[in-house]
Amino acid sequence: MIEIGNLDFHYGPSQALHDITLNIAEREVTAFIGPSGCGKSTLLRCLNRMNDLIDGARISRGAIRIRGVDIHQRDVEVMELRKRVGMVFQKSNPFPKSIYENVVYGLRLQGVRDKTRLDEAVETSLRGAALWDEVKDRLHASGLSLSGGQQQRLCIARTIAIEPEVILMDEPCSALDPIATAKVEELIHQLKLRYTIVIVTHNMQQAARCSDRTAFFYLGKLIEFAPTREIFMTPSNPQTEAYVSGRFG
Amino acid sequence: MSHANHHPFRAKPSLGRTFEAGVFWVLRSTAYIILLCGGFVFGDIVLKGSSTVFRTEFPFVNTTFLTEAPESLYVFEHDGVKREMGDREFRAFRGAEARKAEAAGKPAPEIKATSYVYSAGGIYPCIVGTVLLVVGSMSIALALGVASAIFLNEYARQGRFIRVVRLTILNLAGVPSIVFGLFGMGLFVIFLDWNVSLLAGWFTLALMVLPVVITASEESLKAVPQGFREASLALGATKWQTIRKAVLPFALPGILTSSILGIARVAGETAPIMFTAAFVVRDKLPWQDLERASDFFFQGVMALPYHIYVVSSKIPQNEYTERVQYGTAFVFLLIVAAIATTSIVLRARLRRRYRW
Ligand SMILES: Nc1ncnc2c1ncn2[C@@H]1O[C@H](COP(=O)(O)OP(=O)(O)OP(=O)(O)O)[C@@H](O)[C@H]1O
Ligand SMILES: [Mg+2]
Repeated sequence: MIEIGNLDFHYGPSQALHDITLNIAEREVTAFIGPSGCGKSTLLRCLNRMNDLIDGARISRGAIRIRGVDIHQRDVEVMELRKRVGMVFQKSNPFPKSIYENVVYGLRLQGVRDKTRLDEAVETSLRGAALWDEVKDRLHASGLSLSGGQQQRLCIARTIAIEPEVILMDEPCSALDPIATAKVEELIHQLKLRYTIVIVTHNMQQAARCSDRTAFFYLGKLIEFAPTREIFMTPSNPQTEAYVSGRFG
Repeated sequence: MSHANHHPFRAKPSLGRTFEAGVFWVLRSTAYIILLCGGFVFGDIVLKGSSTVFRTEFPFVNTTFLTEAPESLYVFEHDGVKREMGDREFRAFRGAEARKAEAAGKPAPEIKATSYVYSAGGIYPCIVGTVLLVVGSMSIALALGVASAIFLNEYARQGRFIRVVRLTILNLAGVPSIVFGLFGMGLFVIFLDWNVSLLAGWFTLALMVLPVVITASEESLKAVPQGFREASLALGATKWQTIRKAVLPFALPGILTSSILGIARVAGETAPIMFTAAFVVRDKLPWQDLERASDFFFQGVMALPYHIYVVSSKIPQNEYTERVQYGTAFVFLLIVAAIATTSIVLRARLRRRYRW
């Protein structure tokens, strides 16, 4: 569904990604792993063009196609792209507004005013993010009154409220305790049925538990990309093997 | 000698220690001297001013002083009693005396009075003028300042040009207010031909506080976490939608509270308005007898700081002017204190509401 072809990416003069070629399949979970600074976030942020915001950041070669459309094509509207390709950030970042307003933020941007539609969207999204039962009695409390894990699930609810096709997650559990992490992982399993998910993680077990395919990056290069089982059981590249067995990185 | 006196941490006299104590006392006395000066200035104004503004009997405030225009004070002796009266009261009194004398068939009594300019009546027009100047100029400054802060912080590509612009703005904050006054006179009063007017004063004062407002707004915008912007953009918002819905609402409390300190400055400056907006005296209140609505903007006003200046240095000094001087200064202090208190309360309340 997402085809990344021979992608080179620069931050000003320094090259962050080297010749990345990668195909992400629909309704699968693809995990990006690799040591810090290897370019996982950079690649992820390319997929919904969040890097456009950074002065001097540019793609110098290659292309990214989503459903066959080059996302840097001139007639592509970035806002439309981002509605289709949602993103959940490492640090949960709910707005200091009510839980309800957080969820409907994206819909309001699209000009949806109809109260019943908004209410419905809130319920389905919060259910979808496995948060409904915990917050249904306090939808108008501040989003910041939730715990860290709940906040992260609120951010996921906010993202699925606009019904994207792809959800990008950049270390969504790095600030969460094991129980909250387990909840989010369970959620990822459910979301997989409807969405294409790309997840960056530093947690090998997490990648092993919840992804279908895993890509291993090192120093801006894609070293190995294979079904998760293979990456962890029978990696073909010695660097991959060293990394997943915890001998470096 | 007991063993306890020989522990290794025992204080020994040394040059370093003496020096340390000396420095401490110098710093401490500096702080006390400043406190003393401040206390003296405020104490003086409060003591002498409150006797003008407050009354011992009901309604406890001097309503004349707060609600009427300045008048000349007439001091005279009549029937062996020494009296002090404002202009209008004096005329009424003289008329009444003349009528009384006429009824009794006597010639009108000659009342020999000494007059003291601006020593009677009140400062209502000055309060009104100051409020109008503050409201207008702060509205202009906020509109322009927030707009440029948004541009500088959210839209502009952070390069050398923007750095130069920022530096210029910072330096503008150090320009003496008299320079702004002269600039305002040159541009608004003379070149644009607005004359000495409310509008010219608004723009001059707005330009003067603009650097403060821009800097404060930029700080507040920077304090809004980057995560809010990214989250909003990732949900498909345009840049402007993001600023409107995910940045400005959370920056606004900071912008407003810091700008309130700008209000104190605008309210207090004399130099920028003395060539552009302030009249020594003006009989009509700004909304009285307007031929066209637009005339409202093209009239001068009286203002508290300028009034203090006028009554302290432009009129003959005597025992009666002091009341007005201190009274005006005291009212002015009260207004500034009220604004500062509002800002502190507002900040505390908004902070509680918008914490992240
Ligand atoms: N805004 C930026 N400007 C310049 N260089 C950047 C920027 N962001 C990242 N880089 C550089 O690009 C490289 C890749 O960074 P990236 O954030 O993609 O790494 P990562 O794999 O996500 O690391 P981590 O696991 O620590 O999150 C790093 O060398 C980093 O220093
Ligand atoms: Mg990263």
